[in-house]
Amino acid sequence: MAYSDKVIDHYTNPRNVGTLDKSSHKVGTGLVGAPECGDVMRLQIQVDDNNIITDAKFKTFGCGSAIASSSLATEWLKGKSVDDAMKIDNMDIVEELALPPVKIHCSVLAEDAIKAAINDFRVKNGMEPIALEKSHH
Amino acid sequence: MNIPIYLDNNATTPMDPRVLEAMIPYFTQKFGNAASRNHHFGWVAEEGVDYAREQVAKLIGASEKEIIFTSGATESDNLAIKGVFEMYKDKGNHIITAVTEHKAVLDACKHVEKLGGKVTYLPVKEDGLVDLEVLEAAMTKETILVSIMYGNNEIGVIQPVKDIAAIAHKYGALFMTDATQAVGKIPVDVNADGIDLLALSAHKMYGPKGVGALYVRRKGPRVKVTAQMDGGGHERGMRSGTLNVPGIVGLGKACEIAGQEMESEAKRLSALRDKLQSALTVLEESYVNGNVDHRLPHVANISFKYVEGEGLMMAMKDLAVSSGSACTSASLEPSYVLKSLGLSDDLAHSSIRFGLGRFTTEEEVDYAVEVTKKAVTHLRELSPLWEMFKEGIDLNSIEWAEH
Repeated sequence: MAYSDKVIDHYTNPRNVGTLDKSSHKVGTGLVGAPECGDVMRLQIQVDDNNIITDAKFKTFGCGSAIASSSLATEWLKGKSVDDAMKIDNMDIVEELALPPVKIHCSVLAEDAIKAAINDFRVKNGMEPIALEKSHH
Repeated sequence: MNIPIYLDNNATTPMDPRVLEAMIPYFTQKFGNAASRNHHFGWVAEEGVDYAREQVAKLIGASEKEIIFTSGATESDNLAIKGVFEMYKDKGNHIITAVTEHKAVLDACKHVEKLGGKVTYLPVKEDGLVDLEVLEAAMTKETILVSIMYGNNEIGVIQPVKDIAAIAHKYGALFMTDATQAVGKIPVDVNADGIDLLALSAHKMYGPKGVGALYVRRKGPRVKVTAQMDGGGHERGMRSGTLNVPGIVGLGKACEIAGQEMESEAKRLSALRDKLQSALTVLEESYVNGNVDHRLPHVANISFKYVEGEGLMMAMKDLAVSSGSACTSASLEPSYVLKSLGLSDDLAHSSIRFGLGRFTTEEEVDYAVEVTKKAVTHLRELSPLWEMFKEGIDLNSIEWAEH
């Protein structure tokens, strides 16, 4: 199975690899997946006082599509409000990266990671976590 | 040096040009049907087949009358297992095999179970070898066949076939071995090893795809298998179908070359393999899978902890290797062979199989080492698990969301 050019681009030059200070109340961290399943994503957002995501970082253990999905997610997150970030749908990632059906779970994981990061940020700042649908896989 | 570099010789091997040369006349000039007994064209084809039969037999210490040509090792495995079960079912209905066998053996055994047979799937030890005591404990009066592979396709471990055969025979059972990965790479002798049936394939030893053989012992005991395909009664009635003459000639030539060059090749390849392995296990948290003392000379299966195999292969696109990870499969299950060694799923997901071959050069191995090291380092920089490991966080202490 050949990877799309966009997957290869994100895989070869991943954007926003790194770590934010997870103890900061401005930082939300989402850690999703499991080593047993072959993919783990950690996605972090830094949010300013206006609820805008000013920085996003990721690290991913997984296949090329998982790495590309999380790299793309960090690109999309930067500059978005937290509310808009919540609206990112895994199918947007599938479309952008032209993921084949067997790789859709990678995009689902990225969406889960975004939501987990946002909820971590909310809880840290005294807000209720947003109820999430059970992971689709 | 040509890029990409082929290091997946357990999947298939390139054909040796000498094999191709031997085959060519059998496509256009010596095209006869080897079963045409009444004219020149048939005789010429038959001559080619007979000669190949001797070449194959010689490589495994058999008599040419004991070689049944097939379409490959999958067919040979099926014919042996289903054929023995059908032929000997009045004697007993129990077959013993191991969990690390190739799917052709495991699925043929599952088929036998559907027909009312009983199959024991032996576990293996952490190093991939069958425990002889466990085998002996599984033997019953009903056991008609023990089927254990010679060399494993994923990790390369070589089973103690001679001892396994002795146990099978002690209880009156036949011993069959899928020797697809071993024949032509290491010395295999059906008499010294006590093998009653043996499956082999041409394309794993620099021959053409689509042709293989099943060795069926004729003396002490005389073994018979029930044909699985009905037709003209070719191959002593055990495998009908017009013989693939060019393929068979190619298999014969591949066996002849392997027999002549095996000893020096095994030395050369194990030195190269060891070089690759030592250079890569210098990397932190890298582990060789399977027994390293009883192993095919050209294979190294290595897990690089905290990186995922498929992602790793993508970073090693200049190398053709294979991984025990199965991120693409619907089940997301990693290699059942690695799991049966007791490897955790994450280590199984992190494995890469390097399979060297006749045309692998030292320059290629050196390059492969560089590419792999770079890829592992790159992916670890991206890996949250690596970061946690480095921070001293116990990954088992984290509640992972299974998905």
